[in-house]
Amino acid sequence: MSLLEVDDLAIHFGGVKAVDGISFAVEPGEVFAIIGPNGAGKSTIFNLISRIYEPTRGRIRFDGQDITRLRAHDIARLGIARTFQNIELFDHSTVLANLLMGRHSHRATNVVQDILFLPKVRREERAHRRKVEEVIEFLELEAYRGKMIAGLPYGVRKVVEIGRALAIGPRLILLDEPASGLSVEETQDMAFWIEDMRREMGLTVLMVEHDMSLVTQVCDRVLAVANGRPLALGTPAEVQGHPDVQAAYLGTERAS
Amino acid sequence: MRVIFKTSYDRDIDLHEHGWERARMALLLGVMALLPFVLGEYYLAEAVNTLIWALAGMGLMIAVGHTGQVSLGHAAFLAVGAYAEAALMNAGLPFLVSFPLAGLIAGVFGGLIALPAARMSGIYLAIATLAVFVIVEELVILLEPITGGVGGQMAPSITILGIGFDRYGALANFYWLCLAVVALTTWGYANLLRSPTGRAFLAVRDSEVSARALGVNVTRTRALAFGLSAGVTGLAGALMGHYIGYFNYELFSIFISINLLLVVTIGGLGSIQGAFLGAILITGVPQLIAILRDNLKAGVGIDLSAVPGLDTLIFSLILIGFIIYEPTGLYGRWLKLRAWIELFPLARRDMFRRQKSYLKTERMR
Ligand SMILES: Nc1ncnc2c1ncn2[C@@H]1O[C@H](COP(=O)(O)OP(=O)(O)O)[C@@H](O)[C@H]1O
Ligand SMILES: [Mg+2]
Repeated sequence: MSLLEVDDLAIHFGGVKAVDGISFAVEPGEVFAIIGPNGAGKSTIFNLISRIYEPTRGRIRFDGQDITRLRAHDIARLGIARTFQNIELFDHSTVLANLLMGRHSHRATNVVQDILFLPKVRREERAHRRKVEEVIEFLELEAYRGKMIAGLPYGVRKVVEIGRALAIGPRLILLDEPASGLSVEETQDMAFWIEDMRREMGLTVLMVEHDMSLVTQVCDRVLAVANGRPLALGTPAEVQGHPDVQAAYLGTERAS
Repeated sequence: MRVIFKTSYDRDIDLHEHGWERARMALLLGVMALLPFVLGEYYLAEAVNTLIWALAGMGLMIAVGHTGQVSLGHAAFLAVGAYAEAALMNAGLPFLVSFPLAGLIAGVFGGLIALPAARMSGIYLAIATLAVFVIVEELVILLEPITGGVGGQMAPSITILGIGFDRYGALANFYWLCLAVVALTTWGYANLLRSPTGRAFLAVRDSEVSARALGVNVTRTRALAFGLSAGVTGLAGALMGHYIGYFNYELFSIFISINLLLVVTIGGLGSIQGAFLGAILITGVPQLIAILRDNLKAGVGIDLSAVPGLDTLIFSLILIGFIIYEPTGLYGRWLKLRAWIELFPLARRDMFRRQKSYLKTERMR
């Protein structure tokens, strides 16, 4: 059974058909990419899956469960984590605090216990911290643990956001342009991490990416979209060679 | 410069990173507990006032500083707390029961208001809270049997286990009572900030969309924060009622709401310490101006009280100056000063420039 199934998904903003009949399925353990020119509707697909947007039509199933009508804050608990195209971190907090926020869906204490800081709260905090330290070690963020987000370089913030998503302990991670704005070396690190997420953590990865060399390197299958419509689905080589995809990129991407 | 070696996760979880800070907190509390033996009646009463303002400031800080919900209506929660306390005590409940209940009533009231208002933000929320304030003011007048209407309400005097805590009969006891309430609230607030609930508050403030993606129910979290905020402010209101003794709706004016906002912004948004520094400033400056005026009159012979409104003008100028020149508040200034001392002589002039320009754009939002 597929881990994520998207069926005839659509959302219209007034007259703009941002996503208009997209279907695909992501298998467990797969690294799946969505590509397409700017404004194609890729980030909107992510926002639909994470239930930030209400679809006009279509269905989303995760692990066999229909999640089309769930609330956005119920998604993390199911094991779906995400990053944002324009990094959305908690700027006034430290890296550590941001990563600990990733544990929110696992919280086992209520506000009264928190205010009294009962022993259970401390036990929970230690457990969250252990999980977060694993993420810090995995992403090599040791040097930044106590640093404020506001002062960090762009590349580090990008990694911290992925760390926060990993702290959820997800089964599916959605990465929106993980390599955009990164240097060649940083992009290579990102490629290794994505491969390790799959191999070591057993994660399924759904990503939006423009860097075709990264896509070719880490992805099993690719879905190309343009104007909210599907163009082609297949291996990176198949999709890149598809005439419709080439036409779409010639039309718009060259300009940007 | 101190370097702290962390030997376990508990070092980060604990309220104070090392023994010295813990000792300093104990010392501060000890000194404050000794104030009734050093201060005269007049200044001790002023100290009580400062404590009550710090408590109300902590209440508002939860909403404004930690979840980014600006409220112009917090005087209403002071009023709810004060009237509920008086009504419950008049109904025969002992202080130890009525006082927490008064806070609970104000808190539930605030939480219920916040549920529909939680979708609003910025100026809309501010206007909504202002509307709530106006409604409460009207209610106070309408519910005359409970509130005394326009005539006002008398706060019953407090006895716990036969010991009097009346503001006029036993001021030192009343001071210690307020100090205990403030200390307990500060402890609970600090606990909140190092726990999942507090992190969710900051998350909602700094990025609503990622808070939701991480599993935070934003509406409920906002309402919870607003309810806690109203509850703590309600406790302050109950104490304020006892402090004033005899009060009517005019005590809880819109100016109180605005002064409370000044307490949290001048003190430093997003820090507990800020609520205290702001409260000290807002209650202390009028005293300083009065002392200055008396000295000028006695020493130089200039009578400033002949110029009406001068006190208010000086007071306002100081506040405006703070907001323009020190957006990080008194606590932010203190942190910079401390870093400068610790790094001396290595501190550079532009060390804080980055944070500062960053906070400037924040202010524009
Ligand atoms: N909340 C919104 N309201 C109106 N239009 C939107 C909204 N979100 C996305 N769109 C539109 O949907 C289209 C696809 O956007 P997006 O998914 O961000 O593209 P990309 O493929 O570059 O990630 C764009 O035309 C964008 O303007
Ligand atoms: Mg996008």
